[in-house]
Amino acid sequence: MNRFFSLRRLLTLIRKEAIQMRRDRLTFAMMLGVPLMQLMLFGFAINNDPKHLPAALVAADEDKYTRAMVTALEMTGYYNFIYPNASAAEAEHLLASGTVAFVVTVPSDFGTRLERGDNPKILIEADATDPAVASGAVSTLGQVASDAVTRATGQEWDKKTKAAQQVQVVVHKLYNPEGLTQFNIVPGLLGVILQMTMVMMTSMALTRETERGTMENLLSMPVSPLEIMLGKVLPYFGVGAVQVVVVLSASKLIFHVPFMGSLWLLFAGILLFVMALVILGYLISSVVRTQMQAMQVTIFYFLPSILLSGFMFPFRGMPDWAQYLGETLPLTHFLRMIRGVMLKGASFADVSGPLWVLGLFVVIFALAALSRFRRTLD
Amino acid sequence: MAEENAIEVSGLTKRFGDKTVVDHVSLEVKRGEIAGFLGPNGSGKTTTIRLMCGLLTPDEGEGRVLGHDILHEGPTIKREVGYMTQRFSFYEDLTIEENLSFVAGVYQLGRQAVRDTLADLGLTSRRTQLAGSLSGGWKQRLALAACIMHRPQLLMLDEPTAGVDPKARREFWDEIHERAADGLTVLVSTHYMDEAERCHRINYIAYGKLITRGTVPEVVRDAGLSTFVLKGPRLSEAQRLLKGKPGVDQVAPYGTDLHVIGRNRVELERSVTEAASATQSDAKPAETSLEDVFIQLMGEAQDNMA
Repeated sequence: MNRFFSLRRLLTLIRKEAIQMRRDRLTFAMMLGVPLMQLMLFGFAINNDPKHLPAALVAADEDKYTRAMVTALEMTGYYNFIYPNASAAEAEHLLASGTVAFVVTVPSDFGTRLERGDNPKILIEADATDPAVASGAVSTLGQVASDAVTRATGQEWDKKTKAAQQVQVVVHKLYNPEGLTQFNIVPGLLGVILQMTMVMMTSMALTRETERGTMENLLSMPVSPLEIMLGKVLPYFGVGAVQVVVVLSASKLIFHVPFMGSLWLLFAGILLFVMALVILGYLISSVVRTQMQAMQVTIFYFLPSILLSGFMFPFRGMPDWAQYLGETLPLTHFLRMIRGVMLKGASFADVSGPLWVLGLFVVIFALAALSRFRRTLD
Repeated sequence: MAEENAIEVSGLTKRFGDKTVVDHVSLEVKRGEIAGFLGPNGSGKTTTIRLMCGLLTPDEGEGRVLGHDILHEGPTIKREVGYMTQRFSFYEDLTIEENLSFVAGVYQLGRQAVRDTLADLGLTSRRTQLAGSLSGGWKQRLALAACIMHRPQLLMLDEPTAGVDPKARREFWDEIHERAADGLTVLVSTHYMDEAERCHRINYIAYGKLITRGTVPEVVRDAGLSTFVLKGPRLSEAQRLLKGKPGVDQVAPYGTDLHVIGRNRVELERSVTEAASATQSDAKPAETSLEDVFIQLMGEAQDNMA
């Protein structure tokens, strides 16, 4: 009889955990239903490049130039003029109350100045409280305005513009040419979903034993800390595997997210990530005393890892110190790995960095968890 | 392993913070003996048991359980000892059979062991019932089944009959005696005097200190107490009169009787006679009960602490 590890004992522990999981119907349903629900909800809901934003138009007269401008703006897909005929005062109120995101003001002398060859001006006021809303819609404007006016007047624009147009800037949007947010969000969601269920479930696994008093019994029997850890962690690992299959299938079938790289490389990355998560959950549960505390610690950990990992906001956009902080989160490295492999078709060499770091997390968390575990009650 | 004693520990001490919960306790339990472990709530019984079965590390002291050093051979002790916790600590969301299969797996026993244990303790017909839905008596039966399944040589039972009805208690003790006859050593902690009297030897612990030990008659004799029983119509008045009189240590009504107990027989007799004549009661010397001894010991131990 090996004192430190026996497969028989480990299987016994896993079986017990599996039975308990099955009996706890609600939790079990949550573990499988929640990923799918969240994927559908967030996959369709989150959009970093919002279109058809409500806008108001303030125009003195309805001449052909104004109409051309409005049409051109609507053609970009960003503007939806729900108030095409607002007064200046109304428009201000609409913007302040958030009913519209933009107010386009065409001055009364717009047509006249245009025909005279003057520099006509139009004013677009954007509600920039959320910078993401304003940026996409505003960035396209310069080109749109000049094209519209060119078409309306049927003449060439002035020479300066022509000279500027001689420098051609060629932009290739790689990996996601249409700029679909879903392609970026859906793989990331896999990480977020796994993180939430895995860490939370395992963090409560051990505290439940302590809370119910079964820990004393477990400790009085010949089981080793390694067996207890694996026995707690592996069943959730199985749940994680099911979640991965569900989310990946849905990404492919429902969101048509491209799978550019090797599926095996992807699985290897996910494996490391899930391992790091379940062991982290176990580590949490060896530190806290109650399930409630476990839940609180998980949530405390959860928020920064969503906000600082590059899931919601661009990682490179954060100040250096926040990037360093972000580097300490497994999710950050998982996102680099999965986006690399799925969207960019990255090879092992391309993502070996994140893979190593994920492996390092596994080792660190496991060592910390095993050293925290006590064979005794003191 | 030819040692005579299953448990032999000395000077066991455990502190939690600045509180000494177990204070230099020494215990000896012979093989095949049922040893009672008595003491008031919070006296350190549970902690002492946990120290002996490797669940806690003592701050001081040493000893051997089944010939294994308690400081270094915890895992071996765990394998050879059956420990039944005070609070039911099996899985309430598992059935009886699943709980036993779990224990069997951990001790690496075959399926047959589970079947035998189920049959042995009359649990077969209830084996698919969830442990959480069992009554106190059945829970205790399951817990006992689980901790004797791996055929330990020593059983440590921590207040096994708390919250169990008299019939189930009786059956439980019969079971324990049967196993002791087969050579099993049992250390059982309890509050019940009738249970203490069913033990071969008892150890009395109060406020972390071992106060007395021996067989029941030995403990009663060593306490050196005298008891008088008063019968009469005005016992409550007699009780008031006797409180605090020289020689009187305890006055306790038992139904229609009044027990008066004291260490100094001469003074006690004088006080009792006075009170009896004042209240027209009838006073007779009687046997001192184990309970009276314990209450006496408890009061004295507290005095020592103060």
